[in-house]
Amino acid sequence: MRDWPLWEVFVRSRRGLSHVHVGSLHAPDAELALRNARDVYTRRQEGVSLWVVPSSEIVASDPGERETFFDPADDKVYRHPTFYSVPEGVEHL
Amino acid sequence: MTLFQYVLGLADDALVSAQRMGWWISRAPELEEDLALANIGLDQLGQARSLLSYAGVVEGVGRTEDDLAYLRDDREFRNVWLVERPQTDFGVAMARLLVFSTWQCELYAALASSSDATLSAIAGKAVKEVAYHRDHARLWTLRLGDGTAESHGRMQAAIEGEWPHVEELFAPVDGALVDPQSLRSAVLGRIEEVVVEATLTVPTVSPAIGGGRHGLHTEHLGHLLADMQHLHRSHPGVTW
Repeated sequence: MRDWPLWEVFVRSRRGLSHVHVGSLHAPDAELALRNARDVYTRRQEGVSLWVVPSSEIVASDPGERETFFDPADDKVYRHPTFYSVPEGVEHL
Repeated sequence: MTLFQYVLGLADDALVSAQRMGWWISRAPELEEDLALANIGLDQLGQARSLLSYAGVVEGVGRTEDDLAYLRDDREFRNVWLVERPQTDFGVAMARLLVFSTWQCELYAALASSSDATLSAIAGKAVKEVAYHRDHARLWTLRLGDGTAESHGRMQAAIEGEWPHVEELFAPVDGALVDPQSLRSAVLGRIEEVVVEATLTVPTVSPAIGGGRHGLHTEHLGHLLADMQHLHRSHPGVTW
């Protein structure tokens, strides 16, 4: 059992629109991963839908490349929609 | 009084099984399985509490769920032998859970439409829980039975060990709202389906004597009750 693969667990809460990552667990296969996720992460009515994904299938960005990946966005304030004047009386924009 | 004995039998089955399941907490092969077995045990304990409370009401002399759980001796317990024997082997625990939860599934489904409003409500809630227990036991029976030569052999031995105690579930009981015998073919059919799918062989062994419904038990129940009851008996009314 020491070689059970790792799975990432995503839960959609009762009022949530999307599945949110909640943690990981070990399981021998997909079917048991889903059941383990039910037992480990939804014991207290946390969710109405579950996804499990093999951790090895997730492609992650490299922490060493953080600067090239994310820093260039720092000074691009024009990408935020803050340069429009909102007409008075418009509430839901 | 017969309804009292009947409800007590169902309550004791769930209570004793919950206590045995509790043994696995911190001992299961993986943390995830530890939680799953604890969940299952707690589901059974919840069923036991509802059933014991109702048994107290039916009896009508003011005994509470705690009085019934903690202050009866083994000869007053009405559970079947299936649930009272130790289950310190994972294969045995899964084989037993497969048998017990399949029986509970059929029983609770039938009780849910019985004429007794309280039992019908308890059963209606519990049937969803035991369906999950059964699924858990089924998945492990399939994986161990159809796994390695070692796991196959041990799962077969586990099924053989539980099999003599299956028949007691169908023994006639006074006051039964669901005739135990009427569940026999459905329960056996569903268990055998899993056993065969797991590439295991359905045992052909003679039934054990049984007698739990009449208060006759194996030596193991006394030890289990000593564990379960000693705190309450040593410190009456203790809470935390």
